[in-house]
Amino acid sequence: MLEGFSLPFPITPQLGVFALLASIAAIASVGVVFFQDAIRSALCLVINFFVLAFLYFSLNAEMLGITQIVVYTGAIMVLFLFVIMLLALGSQKLVKEKLDPKKFIGLGLGVVMAGAVASQIVLPLAKITAIRAPDKFGSPQAIGYTLMSQYVYPFEIASVLLMVGIVGSILLAKRRI
Amino acid sequence: MQGVPLVAFLALGLFMFTVGVVGVIMRRNPIVIFMCIELMLNAVNLTFLAFARYMPAPVVTNPSIPASVMGGQMMVIFVMAVAAAEVAVGLGIIMAIYRLRDSVDIDEMNLLKG
Amino acid sequence: MIWDWFIHIHPVAQALIRVLLIVLPILILVPGMIWWERRLLSWMQDRIGPNRVATLTLKNGKKISFWGLLQPIADGVKLFLKEDITPAAADKAIYFIAPALALFPAFALSGTLPWGPIKELTPIADVNIGVLYVMAISSLGVYGVVLAGYSGNNKYSLMGGLRASAQLISYELAMGMSLACMVLATGSLRMTDMVKDQEGPLLGLANVPVVNAIQNWHAFTPFGFISMVIFMVCMVAETNRAPFDLPEAENELIAGYHTEYSSMKFAVFFMGEYAAMFTFAGVLSVVFFGGYHMLPIRWEFLSGTNPQFASLIGFFRGMDYWLAPIWFLTKCVVFLSAFIWLRATLPRLRYDQLMSLGWKSLLPAALANFLVVTTWIFCNQMYGPVAGLGSVLVGALVILGIYRGVKKVYPSPVYEDRTITLVDPAKAAG
Repeated sequence: MLEGFSLPFPITPQLGVFALLASIAAIASVGVVFFQDAIRSALCLVINFFVLAFLYFSLNAEMLGITQIVVYTGAIMVLFLFVIMLLALGSQKLVKEKLDPKKFIGLGLGVVMAGAVASQIVLPLAKITAIRAPDKFGSPQAIGYTLMSQYVYPFEIASVLLMVGIVGSILLAKRRI
Repeated sequence: MQGVPLVAFLALGLFMFTVGVVGVIMRRNPIVIFMCIELMLNAVNLTFLAFARYMPAPVVTNPSIPASVMGGQMMVIFVMAVAAAEVAVGLGIIMAIYRLRDSVDIDEMNLLKG
Repeated sequence: MIWDWFIHIHPVAQALIRVLLIVLPILILVPGMIWWERRLLSWMQDRIGPNRVATLTLKNGKKISFWGLLQPIADGVKLFLKEDITPAAADKAIYFIAPALALFPAFALSGTLPWGPIKELTPIADVNIGVLYVMAISSLGVYGVVLAGYSGNNKYSLMGGLRASAQLISYELAMGMSLACMVLATGSLRMTDMVKDQEGPLLGLANVPVVNAIQNWHAFTPFGFISMVIFMVCMVAETNRAPFDLPEAENELIAGYHTEYSSMKFAVFFMGEYAAMFTFAGVLSVVFFGGYHMLPIRWEFLSGTNPQFASLIGFFRGMDYWLAPIWFLTKCVVFLSAFIWLRATLPRLRYDQLMSLGWKSLLPAALANFLVVTTWIFCNQMYGPVAGLGSVLVGALVILGIYRGVKKVYPSPVYEDRTITLVDPAKAAG
């Protein structure tokens, strides 16, 4: 497989930009797992989500990219930070991570799983570089049209789900019901 | 962008997903476990979008914009909505447990053991 | 020939020049805003304000005053030279990045703001999602506040930070809803489409004689007016300005989330607040007040119907086109003065009053407005503009009826009436 090794794709500026964004996202995701302090994990995750939004922009899915910033970075991670700060869970004294056989088992499992998926799914698709989606497929008009016509049932059910989530989280967070 | 192969996005998604799985197994702080779950969901989102762009299903159901082309993005929207609801409820549960037991080490939550 | 050079350089270089064209004016305007705030606030409070700093004293003893225009420079020098105290137990990394995280959204917000009609110069990025970009970046503004409050290792600043971020995310909802009404009315999320939609005849009445020469600024439409009021209130809350400045309340929370910051870092927070005020005022003028147009008068239409005034109207059209940044800046200054006016007039809201205003008053109002806008769009497209206006009236009456009905079933709590009568000492003694 390695003889006459040449890349099946040329090095372009877009590939350079992608490499930069992907490396920041990858390092941030590793930071989420390896920081002991919960606040730093949360901040690494914020960086990860923010860079992912740029990756979505590069995939021409601009509506989803900006929704990623509004929903994930702007709301979900703020909620995480609130809970960490309110419960003072950031301090290392509270949860001391000792050296566990669990860690090595976890790492081994992760590597095995990644190897299995990579060999079966990622490698056979290595030649695909052509974009087959139409150009405006990520625009708000396209998403709005599809969401309101073909996907209107899941849309309404998702709104019911969000309402249930709101009621549930209010009830759970109350001190006295 | 032109010039970026599909496998680049898939590799990044796979890496993030693996890091999330390893994090869920390794960490003991439930909020960090939750964050690794969110990481996995985002890796899945990225994979959906990459496939939506590079390999949309060829079935055409409607002449204007085929629903199959938009299927990946619709999935991502619903994953985002479900993740938002799940985070709200899950963090509420964690706060309730913390108030009850004054500790959030998941290795100590072993009432159902044995 | 500068124009030819500009057109032919690489698009990334063009984008960088566009960035400079808006960031440099904001950086120059921030000291101007500080000066204007202090002077206008003082005039409203019946005092004079700083007017000494830029005074030249000539050899014969006469003084030429420049109205204290260098006062912000003096403030900047003072802040720069102050001792930079870092708390010992603070989380150093977060302590250092929090001011930068607070400054970044304030400048990034101007990324889709069109301050003139020339497409190659403004906005920096004319994306499909311009209005949603404003929402996204303002939701990133929460991080600077929360992390600044946390990193001080101080219960007061933590409480200030959490309260400030709760305030920010509550008012973001009503702001997003009011912007969504305008997006529905316009049919597009692009900022330049917002401005273009406001160039049509007022309320779509293209056949009514005088009205169709007035531009359709969204603030003149009924639902746009309510959206504008909601957006203005949310704008004041988002920038933590009085009367919503509980997080910085000096007499309650020391200084709130920026208690532990001194000298340059405090100056960065300050600068971020003023830059955010400027860009929000810019968004308000683009979405509701016609953006960079001089007056709400449709010059091309007038020149079509009144050819005898063609040269005069042509002069006005030229002023409208070429001096567009000046009109945009004027509108921003007017709204900034409105911010300062609010600060001078209204007392600070208590935290529960603030939250109940955001969740119980503004969000339902924005939601009701949203429903009215949808009926307007439907009737406007099916039956024409007059029917659209009628539907807005009917919708408003229906919602008022529902509100009155709900208030009858769940009335506001009636507080007991306590009157105090003062005893007249003469009568009591005698």
